Amino acid sequence: MADNQVIMKGNEAMAEAAIRSGCRLFSGYPITPQTEILEYMAWRMPEVGGTIVQTEDELCGIYMLFGASAAGARTLSTSAGPGYSLFQEGISYLVGSDLPAVLVDVTRIGNALGDISQSQGDYELVTKGNGHGDTMVPVFTPNSVQEIVDDTVMAYDMSEKYKHPVILLYDAAIGQMMEGVTLPDMHEHDINKYDWSVKGIKKGEHGRKITNVSYFCEDMYVGYEKYLRDKYAQITENEQRWESIGVEDAEVVTIAYGISSRVCKEAVLHAREQGIKLGLIRPKMVVPFPVKAFDEIGPNCKGLMVVEMSIKGQMVNDVALASRCKYPIYGYLTSYEVPESDKVIEIAKDILAGNAKEVF
Amino acid sequence: MADKIFTAPEMLRMSDPTGFCPGCGHGTAGRLQFEVLDEMGLLEDSITVYDVACDSLYMWAIDTDCVGVAHGRAIAAACGVKRTRPNNPVCAYVGDGATYSIGIQHTIWAAARNENITVIVINNGVFGMTGGQMAPTTLLGQKTITTPAGRSREMNGQPLDVVKLFTGMDIAYLARGSLDSVASINKTKKYIRKAFEKQMNGEGLSFVEILSPCPTNWGLSPQDSLKRIREVVEDVYPLGEFIERGVK
Ligand SMILES: Cc1ncc(C[n+]2csc(CCOP(=O)(O)OP(=O)(O)O)c2C)c(N)n1
Ligand code: SF4
Repeated sequence: MADNQVIMKGNEAMAEAAIRSGCRLFSGYPITPQTEILEYMAWRMPEVGGTIVQTEDELCGIYMLFGASAAGARTLSTSAGPGYSLFQEGISYLVGSDLPAVLVDVTRIGNALGDISQSQGDYELVTKGNGHGDTMVPVFTPNSVQEIVDDTVMAYDMSEKYKHPVILLYDAAIGQMMEGVTLPDMHEHDINKYDWSVKGIKKGEHGRKITNVSYFCEDMYVGYEKYLRDKYAQITENEQRWESIGVEDAEVVTIAYGISSRVCKEAVLHAREQGIKLGLIRPKMVVPFPVKAFDEIGPNCKGLMVVEMSIKGQMVNDVALASRCKYPIYGYLTSYEVPESDKVIEIAKDILAGNAKEVF
Repeated sequence: MADKIFTAPEMLRMSDPTGFCPGCGHGTAGRLQFEVLDEMGLLEDSITVYDVACDSLYMWAIDTDCVGVAHGRAIAAACGVKRTRPNNPVCAYVGDGATYSIGIQHTIWAAARNENITVIVINNGVFGMTGGQMAPTTLLGQKTITTPAGRSREMNGQPLDVVKLFTGMDIAYLARGSLDSVASINKTKKYIRKAFEKQMNGEGLSFVEILSPCPTNWGLSPQDSLKRIREVVEDVYPLGEFIERGVK
């Protein structure tokens, strides 16, 4: 078996994929269920000559990352729930300063401290939060250990392509599960690859200023408006990623990401064995939301079912907008319980029988 | 014709206004930083990290690599820059509000980890940028917009003194200088030079606090502001070198 094929826990695979993408500075603070990333980095980062700092808090985590990114390094900071809330201002500064970075939220359950078990309650924080101002940050939603690895590799490239932070959002179940995975080869990142990073100037060069890029735009916020709108339009056009199963002939289309999407996949198979035409749209990224996926829905569709571990149904609004409210929207919304495939099928039957209640 | 007695570093664009108020200490303090770096042959290699407060106006006056970051986070960001580029001189040039209030955890932990950076803190006893509110360094009894009756220990807590805060910290260097006179300015410049020398020797955190006037928010003339530093502020915040690695 090749060295690159291993069995790994999701969080550890994330850390290893970051290292192999050339990440050489990790700064972060412990919080379950993402601490394995920090713990893995604690022994692994020194092996590759990088820097790992268990910081005094998440603020130092994200701002040390900010400095390292400004200096040209590939960086990582990760957190969960309460700690991820503390990232918000820093994310806005990364966006405002055009700095690449990769961040991870391994979602845990609950408001306030909540608890350490899986849930999907950080969707709005991660997709719509990102601190103050007009921020929009690409978000990957891997649903397997392999996808965590693949998305991490893509996230680093994407963050440099757009000079923008990129986030991985996955729930505790995905972060904690062990699966077989193929790791990428080691990639060394050159901190001098880009001219924009601070590195000291040569005689005759002008100093670089890493700060709000709006200060350098023509007429400041007039130019910045166009600059940022164009950047977001490009991200929205180029980066929609999804998987769809049986959508063209489906009578009910489920929409789910992360652990819930694995359940829905199983439900689609079983439902079809029973003659119920169930489909699945699985966003692989939720920012930009895969609006294009909804064009594939066929004429048989009677309704959409959002399957999500969120009391509010945080993804429901995105689904309504992406489908342009063409179909009634139903929900299988839990909080601490991982949805069950039998229940997905039951709700699909209710929808088809006209017995289900729309979410709005 | 008069003799030329002063030359500013070439990369300090003396032709452009810095944006500082007349008589502000930033104009002198930052110049000292760049003079020292220039004399040490390090100016081009230097990377300075700024907060959002008055200090950040230097970004537009100095033609070297600079990073501007959120209020209170310049020290954390400077650690990230330095850990990525250990051969460049890295300086966090910051205000006392940023350093001892909103970002104090980074100040203490940069010391605890003995991060190999230089920190220059402007202690002007107020929040300059936002209009003169109480700072952590505001003296007891001192009137500011948010302590209209004078700072009281009961209502506002006691002033923070970095020398006491860093007691027992195994850092490379801690000194406090002042800008109240030419003699003080020359001494402060020596502290800054030592600070950068220690960073370049890899000795760890070198930290220089500078007592500095904010005439605008003190409601005093530039001259009276310097007098106040000499007669009032230096009594509370004594000057000198307080920690020096390898020196008893
Ligand atoms: C998170 C956050 N809180 C508050 C502010 C507003 N603010 C900007 S500068 C500043 C205080 C500056 O004081 P100091 O750090 O002492 O620097 P000075 O201007 O006196 O040099 C404040 C409160 C901000 N920009 N960000
Ligand atoms: S407000 Fe005070 S610290 Fe700020 S530039 Fe004016 S004098 Fe200097």
